[in-house]
Amino acid sequence: MVDFNDVTMAIFQQILFLAVLGAVAWLGYRRISLIRSTILLGKPEDRSNRPGERLSTMLRIAFGQKKMFDRPLIGALHFAVYIGFILINVEILEIVLDGILGRHRIFAPFLGSFYPVLIGFFEFLAVGVLLACIIFLLRRSVVRVKRLQPERHREMNGWPELDGKLILVFEIVLMIAILTMNAADLALQELGNPHYPQTGDFFFSQFLKPLFTGLNEDTLVIYERFAWWFHILGIFVFAVYLTYSKHLHIVLAFPNTYFSRLTPKGKMNNMPEITAEVKTMLGIETASMDEAAVIPDRFGAKDVQDLSWKNLMDAYSCTECGRCTEACPANITGKKLSPRKIMMDTRDRLEDVGRNMQKNGGQFVDDGKSLIDDYILVEEINACTTCNACVQECPVLINPLDIILQLRRHKVMDEAHAPASWNVMFQNMDTNQAPWKFSPGDRFNWAAGLEPKE
Amino acid sequence: MAEMAANNEAPEILFWVGCAGSFDDRYKKVTVAFVKILNRAGVKFAVLGTEESCTGDPARRAGNEFTFQMLAMSNIQVLDMYGIKKIVTACPHCFNTLKNEYPELGGNYEVIHHSTFLQQLIDEGRVRIEGGETFKGKKITFHDSCYLGRANNIYEAPRHVLEALDADLVEMKRCRTKGLCCGAGGGQMFKEPEPGKKDINIERIEEALATGAETIAVACPFCMVMMTDGVKNKEKESAVKVYDLAELIAQAEGL
Repeated sequence: MVDFNDVTMAIFQQILFLAVLGAVAWLGYRRISLIRSTILLGKPEDRSNRPGERLSTMLRIAFGQKKMFDRPLIGALHFAVYIGFILINVEILEIVLDGILGRHRIFAPFLGSFYPVLIGFFEFLAVGVLLACIIFLLRRSVVRVKRLQPERHREMNGWPELDGKLILVFEIVLMIAILTMNAADLALQELGNPHYPQTGDFFFSQFLKPLFTGLNEDTLVIYERFAWWFHILGIFVFAVYLTYSKHLHIVLAFPNTYFSRLTPKGKMNNMPEITAEVKTMLGIETASMDEAAVIPDRFGAKDVQDLSWKNLMDAYSCTECGRCTEACPANITGKKLSPRKIMMDTRDRLEDVGRNMQKNGGQFVDDGKSLIDDYILVEEINACTTCNACVQECPVLINPLDIILQLRRHKVMDEAHAPASWNVMFQNMDTNQAPWKFSPGDRFNWAAGLEPKE
Repeated sequence: MAEMAANNEAPEILFWVGCAGSFDDRYKKVTVAFVKILNRAGVKFAVLGTEESCTGDPARRAGNEFTFQMLAMSNIQVLDMYGIKKIVTACPHCFNTLKNEYPELGGNYEVIHHSTFLQQLIDEGRVRIEGGETFKGKKITFHDSCYLGRANNIYEAPRHVLEALDADLVEMKRCRTKGLCCGAGGGQMFKEPEPGKKDINIERIEEALATGAETIAVACPFCMVMMTDGVKNKEKESAVKVYDLAELIAQAEGL
């Protein structure tokens, strides 16, 4: 029996759902456009060569999470969350269709007896996500894994610490909602409510069913609807939230690994604008004189706009796990440098620049600040040994070292700001062709003691 | 090299000595040891002598691209003038710069680190571990250099060289991809460290000493300085020695 109230209620829900879906799509689109346009503030850098190798890197590192398995237990837990996230999206598609069309469990008639198996599998994943997130939360709050503690790492103070925990709580609540929704649904199926197709029991929620079986039908509908709405609204909020959060890595890990560097880690990027000038100074003919004519307004990077778009994508891809900082020799020995902070500062600056652009009609208006000095200190970048430990550790192939070196180039070449002993070293290299103060004529003296060959 | 060129001869390899190998008293011994190994193995090699300049690595890493490129360009001019094809060097920083960074400036050579070259000589039977000191049963730990390991994925060659000594190779907790830097790279060698609670080489030497090894093997002049200073700091100079791979092989060969 269908009464008028049920019909209005259903239509009201559909309209509400569409409105919410539209709002989320709009908010998400706006946010993604802003992130995209701030990444594109970066300098061009060609990362399109060797597509096959890039694809395989992405499949191994992002899709297969190879680097996460360096620590097998954490890798497995993270994999549970990741795979749960991807596959549960199939169920979300069904829920979204339900919301738009008002037809509950729209896939059930097509899949027949396979349907409960599928939902059961999703529930299995949901329980995996739930357990993993609880363990992660315990690691942050009770076990207090060092690299995640703000007392040890100042960049984790405030929002980043809260953000890390919020995300986990979010996921736990969402997973509980999904299980509640399914259990109430099963109870309603038993009562023969026509809106809830008979699917058969689900893998996990059947055990929660006894919690709901004594209740009357109306209460059950309220429970089921509440959990349904709570779950889908939660997912919508999550979708928008993640663009403001470190959690953006779930999307950007893929392009970020695809566009990662394929050259040996030891290789620094060349500065062709200087090559032209050096050639002229040495009296070597330059291939084209136009090359020499292009003098950039700035050497190295002072602000985010001077970095490459890939450095900026790196910043948005960082999930602040701190594996880089944990491996950094400077950080281990108490220096101010933290590669994670380099990435977080770059992102913070980029977000500030983005807000500035939004306020000024899409155009950045100089705010008198810059990435180096206002966000990152010279003391931090000067402590780097360029050992590549941070680059090696990053599970999504972020390269903090590349940013550090570009900031150094700016400080040294544009501002002539270097530690005094580095200036001495530069001088020695310019005049003696060695970093120490030795005469170039003595370079072969080591051979003096050797008996002549043959 | 100039001499060989004058006689119209071409060397099998050019041995790139590097600034530390030329000027640093401790590392000059490594240069000499490596030259003795090359001579014993009958490798026809040359050095640039006074025509060699710094590769420019510390300047580039410190942010001074001008100084780097000036040095790189003039080195490339010299190397190309002699028609050099193959370079061997005992310094991972020189190795990295020559191999990875000179090509973009027009210098294309086959560049080999001495750990890899020593391994090749051993594999080919051109270097035979006999006639000298025996390392059997002695504990040796190898300290990975960042510019060999993470920078260029060379982890096994130096270990193969040490295995040839038949010594007891023990690993530090942080080794290979996880190897902890000695603290000298990126221009740190030439300045005081930033304020902190500890020097990096002390952190590393504590780890090396914890293995109980009596020899710390290195394959880099900067690591050599930092590790030697670390051992001195811990007052273990008499019990623990720091040697380069080439020195250990030369000792085993009785050179």
